[in-house]
Amino acid sequence: MLPKEVFEALQAEHGPDAVFDLHDDAAKDRDPWFQVAPAALVAVCEKLKTDPRFSIDYLECLTGVDYPAKAQIHVVYHLWSYSLLHRVVLKVALPRDEPKVATLSTVWSVANWHERECFDLLGVHFEGHPDLRRLLLPDDWEGYPLRKDYAEKADYHGIPTTRPNPLDLFQIGKAPAKA
Amino acid sequence: MTTPLPTGADARYADDGGSVISTRVDEMVNWLLNWGRSNSIWYLLFGLACCAIELMHTGGPRGDLERFGSAPRPSPRSSDLIIVAGTLTYKMAIRVRRLFDQMSEPRYVISMGSCSNCGGLFQYAYSVCKGVDQIIPVDVYVPGCPPRPEALLEGLLRIQDKIKGEKYLQRRYGVAV
Ligand code: SF4
Repeated sequence: MLPKEVFEALQAEHGPDAVFDLHDDAAKDRDPWFQVAPAALVAVCEKLKTDPRFSIDYLECLTGVDYPAKAQIHVVYHLWSYSLLHRVVLKVALPRDEPKVATLSTVWSVANWHERECFDLLGVHFEGHPDLRRLLLPDDWEGYPLRKDYAEKADYHGIPTTRPNPLDLFQIGKAPAKA
Repeated sequence: MTTPLPTGADARYADDGGSVISTRVDEMVNWLLNWGRSNSIWYLLFGLACCAIELMHTGGPRGDLERFGSAPRPSPRSSDLIIVAGTLTYKMAIRVRRLFDQMSEPRYVISMGSCSNCGGLFQYAYSVCKGVDQIIPVDVYVPGCPPRPEALLEGLLRIQDKIKGEKYLQRRYGVAV
């Protein structure tokens, strides 16, 4: 199925409030995508998985993107069907100050670790997730480093996070100061 | 001009510097101890990233680190040397510190590759420690990304030189001879 047909079928099923904003410009969008309302996400994904017209059986990739100018965080889902060999890309837009969306680990269990990573690096809260802990960073890490306004701390457990440039440190290539 | 005949611990034959080998006991014992220690540097495997591949290559038949008596050990308790090979993250840095603390003295550290020397390629990353010398004292830095096996062998030889220059007897037992 082409992304446009998937989009139209889903829109007919769930209404234009739940599924909207198709981007299908071959010159610009290498993966055509459309938006899904956060509240309708699980229903739409259940449909994509169970309906034999779509039979999406694989969540390829789950990504978070921070847009400080729009005050939004987008979560991007790349879905793939091994039986029908077509791809669907969904995005949900979440408010940046409180990014919350329902977990998809009930639909595709691979979402479990993907969502933990997204939580780890961007602080998106996946509601209903069975085990929402940090995946890559240490458990006591503060902040979400892939947010654009993340500022690195001066040290981590006493380990400094900067290192002086040896050229400055040893005055290499500088004229000696006159006495 | 003739080269002076070897004396002391270097004397081998009856006409080398006299038929009596004149030396000091502590020098001789130090030399023996250091000879033994420097030819049995067991190292703790610490491959963290792509440099680890080169470390394995050094241990393989081409580089053959074992011809210098260096064997990889899986445990910090039985190793003399830790070769930190690769990108060190803060999460791992805490573990490196703990493993280093578990090694018994005397212990040596080789920092292999730009990443463990200073953070290297990833030094602007939020999660990468800017050099293993921020947490443990380093004896030899091997530059390169990754260093060739020959470079790591050179690093091991520098550790051997360092061991051979030590006064192990005095340092270890505090004997004033
Ligand atoms: S120094 Fe280069 S080869 Fe070694 S771990 Fe870092 S990036 Fe990899």
